[in-house]
Amino acid sequence: MTTAPGFQESTATRRRNDLRARPSWRTVKNHGMTGLMAAAVVAVAIPLVAVLWSVIERGAAVAFRGFPDFFTATIPVVSRLPGPGMGPAILGTLLVTGGATVIAVPVGILGAVYLHEYGGNNQLARLVRFMATVMTGVPSVVMGLFVYLIWTLTFGYSAFGGALALACLMLPVVIGATEQMLKLVPSQLREAAYALGTTKSRTILTVVLPAALPGIVSGALLAIARAAGETAPLLFAVGAAHAYNRHLFSEANTALSVQIFANANSSFTAAQDRAWAAALTLVLLTFVVTLVARMFTARLALKR
Amino acid sequence: MQLAELRGHKQYADRAFSVLAVAAAGLVLLILGMIALVMTRRAWPAFGAQFFTSTRWSAADQVFGALPFVWGTLYTAVIAIAIAVPISLGVALFITQIAPPWLRKPMVYLIDLLAVVPSVVFGLWGVLVLSQHFGLGRSFLTAGIILSIMITPIITSLSREVIETTPASEKEAALALGATRWEMIRASVLPHSKGGLVGAVMLGLGRAMGETIAAALVIGSALGQITTNPFAPGNSMPAVIANEWGEADEPHKAALIALAVALFVITIAVNLIATTIVQRSMKRSRGA
Repeated sequence: MTTAPGFQESTATRRRNDLRARPSWRTVKNHGMTGLMAAAVVAVAIPLVAVLWSVIERGAAVAFRGFPDFFTATIPVVSRLPGPGMGPAILGTLLVTGGATVIAVPVGILGAVYLHEYGGNNQLARLVRFMATVMTGVPSVVMGLFVYLIWTLTFGYSAFGGALALACLMLPVVIGATEQMLKLVPSQLREAAYALGTTKSRTILTVVLPAALPGIVSGALLAIARAAGETAPLLFAVGAAHAYNRHLFSEANTALSVQIFANANSSFTAAQDRAWAAALTLVLLTFVVTLVARMFTARLALKR
Repeated sequence: MQLAELRGHKQYADRAFSVLAVAAAGLVLLILGMIALVMTRRAWPAFGAQFFTSTRWSAADQVFGALPFVWGTLYTAVIAIAIAVPISLGVALFITQIAPPWLRKPMVYLIDLLAVVPSVVFGLWGVLVLSQHFGLGRSFLTAGIILSIMITPIITSLSREVIETTPASEKEAALALGATRWEMIRASVLPHSKGGLVGAVMLGLGRAMGETIAAALVIGSALGQITTNPFAPGNSMPAVIANEWGEADEPHKAALIALAVALFVITIAVNLIATTIVQRSMKRSRGA
């Protein structure tokens, strides 16, 4: 007992007798950096929330006034007049994205089947794998001009031209995602099929691909969601339209993304309103597709 | 490697399927080769000495100097990288090293959600909200900010993958020596993932340079400006193509396609280097 009862301990003594570690510069720095990392998470969330808020706040009223007019009526030719109409653009987006899916998904799956089931680590497979990764970085505007040169110059504007451009953008994504899923299929499954005398192609079609299906579907849906929002390639290949065009191969068409781009540049409030409402429609569309993709991923996780 | 006995027509079907698969994979190479060939051929007349040196771009006088657009592309991409890299790295480290396990998945979903929002929607928000209500106007800076939002998800998810390859033993070794969590990150995680992180940033750079629609909406479409003032309106290669294509006639169209060829070459070069770096670092860390 160094201090008598009632004797006031001096601050200096108390600090000397406190054996707990003092917060050193190192701990302070650790907390500071942790705080900065948490701040980065907040910094990412801000633009997402801000954009979605603007889209809902300014788009919902226009999109749902006199429901379902906005989703079915044709696009006003004179853009400064208020009034609904994005029906043709919704149909156009579905046509273009659907066409791209029909082209890119089977080809992409086949390509991935080559990479993983046939090529393995040989030179061609390595080259294709590498170039597919590089291809995901080709700017969409370049893809659009490419399709303009090889398709639109000869056959004219059509939804199919847009589908071709989007298919080129989707192809490497589908290949990459599918190959990842094929890697997860245990090789015992293949060997069991071979042992029963099944040919390689049959094994792939009836054993390997079904086993990897949920993952492949999820990867394809994510690629579709990204493609549905693409704008630049459509400017060159799809053209512009105000009325419904149900034909895949003929006449100019339009799409939600193209309409947003065109109306965002306008100084008229009515046009801007339509841009916001179209943006809301497009965001809802892509989010729903992404959500469905997530559900497939969850199913995959459950199975494992 | 053929384990099955093949006989008769079965063999033909099998062969046909493998040929189809090779063709599908080869399509990737074919498309890339055709892009280079078809576009360069069409753009050839527009490539001249003045294309990369002149600062004058006038469709009326048929003078096409792309230098300001090359500058704008690089400048906005650098602004975007400067904003996006610290944030992406912070998020990737937070998700992998700090966040409790139950929080990781929702945060990954949040980042993925950001990647799904179409670029034209970011452009719309940029032109009608960010540039008007925050006094930024249509400028290099506005474009850089919008681009940074768009490349953050890709840099984050790639960094996350790279960082996750750090062996637990290396992290535990640092902690056992008395390192704080941040010191552990600096001593074990960052040195281990350095190569892959550089690659991830370069892939982000490639995306930022090629991003078209959002840039076209917010960059301001100024002609002939080479300035370091971030508040000045400018232009970038993809933005010029998207904005001018509608009204372009013949020599003008060739010049725009030439711009696309130049953009293709730059982005492919950046992507080649980045992909090489990422793959090499992933292989090394897996081998270790």
